[in-house]
Amino acid sequence: MYAIRQWSVRHARGLNTFYSHFESLLLRLNGVFRGLGYERIERPVAVIEKAVKGLLFDCKMCGQCVLSSTGMSCPMNCPKTLRNGPCGGVRADGNCEVKPDMRCVWVEAYHGSAKIPGGVAAMRQVQFAVDQRLQGRSSWLRVTREKSGTPATNGS
Amino acid sequence: MKFEDEPVPGYPLPILPGHTSPGRFERVLRAGGFAVTTELAPPDSADPEEVYKRVRVFDGYVDAINATDGSGANCHMSSLAVCALLTRIGYAPIMQISCRDKNRIAIQGDILGGAAMGVCNMLCLTGDGVQAGDHPQAKAVFDLDCVSLLDMARTMRDESHFQSGRKISYAPRVFFGAAENPSGLPHEWRAQRLAKKIVAGAQFIQTQYVYDLPLLVEFMDQVEALGLLGKIYLLIGVGPLRSAKTAEWMRKNVPGMHVPDAIIARLSGAKDQALEGRKICIELIQAIREIRGISGVHIMAYRQEESVADIVDRSGVLQGRAPWYPTRDGAALRDVIASPNRIAS
Repeated sequence: MYAIRQWSVRHARGLNTFYSHFESLLLRLNGVFRGLGYERIERPVAVIEKAVKGLLFDCKMCGQCVLSSTGMSCPMNCPKTLRNGPCGGVRADGNCEVKPDMRCVWVEAYHGSAKIPGGVAAMRQVQFAVDQRLQGRSSWLRVTREKSGTPATNGS
Repeated sequence: MKFEDEPVPGYPLPILPGHTSPGRFERVLRAGGFAVTTELAPPDSADPEEVYKRVRVFDGYVDAINATDGSGANCHMSSLAVCALLTRIGYAPIMQISCRDKNRIAIQGDILGGAAMGVCNMLCLTGDGVQAGDHPQAKAVFDLDCVSLLDMARTMRDESHFQSGRKISYAPRVFFGAAENPSGLPHEWRAQRLAKKIVAGAQFIQTQYVYDLPLLVEFMDQVEALGLLGKIYLLIGVGPLRSAKTAEWMRKNVPGMHVPDAIIARLSGAKDQALEGRKICIELIQAIREIRGISGVHIMAYRQEESVADIVDRSGVLQGRAPWYPTRDGAALRDVIASPNRIAS
């Protein structure tokens, strides 16, 4: 929901802190996830992730979440799915060129990232091309698997 | 600027030390010249002569010519084809690549194909949304954005492999550029975004139209503060406004376009608005030339392409230099044609 999405950007700092705690919790659960099998829990976790992040950020489940680098404004809500900053067409009122009634997600990201410690520096990082195969998959599990050094299975 | 070994149309120049392409455009910039580029509107036609007719009006006044890629999300001849036609007779095109219509498989193919056809310069763009053009019912692709496109293109050239990792046996020798909008919002973020593009692989920038000089100076201050001067060749976008009415229309309808009220007031107060529009453009070019860190201008004169020569001439920015064109050094056009294309005299 648009109003909640905007609330999330206004509370980028708190959400970012919450997520870092949540991420350490996930990492501690790595053993459990491994026992259950990452592929087996992929679907149910993705459903929960979609419900939570869908509500808070209008998450599009790209599977490669960069919210911490974009001030909690999801770049996949940009009609051009820009992941590296605003296009040249931002309107004078800060709204989107394609959807005039929506605030540019990058104008939002700019405000949100200013609230997160290190957020502006994170926004300067180049985001590489998305892997379209990850669409619909859980970012939480992918991050946990990668950070804990668990090898991927089934080509994912 | 005249180079001793220029050119046999269809045959590339040697790549000079420190250069990434064999192109004349890169040579002019690296030699410190103030470059002039312009934009060719690709025809709604399959006749190559339409392309040649459109390019000839720039002869002797520009260093490179952009071939737009479905600009404004309207359908026209492809930029790759326009560039291939132009390189056949020795012109230096800048092939625009937009992320709107093609995924990474198609784009990588075009980069190789373009380079094989002698295209030495490519401009990596995100592209306008489909809602802006004549096919709003089309699917917008946006598999990449301009920064990830730049990164992919640079890797193809410098590391000789596709994004998949598969090897490229002969890398595309291309000078890569990107766009920027110094008047765009949020102002604070514009130079930062430029920095990202440089990291990703941009070697030159052609900007959106600039009509607000103080805003440009502010942008250049940010560029300098970020230590980007000398890391990028910046060409500032300019263009003649035909009338106050057109200016108003563009301001409202062209995404990211900013025209200050003072310019519109000046136009509406003029007896001959088109002439005043050219005058404003010339004054802008002359002022831009004086700003430190700027390497040239990109003149966009949609539907008034014939005015480019006059604007360049009167602005004096070329300082007597005549950029190469097929018949500049006395060759008859038929001698420089390296293709079986029909070219009317």
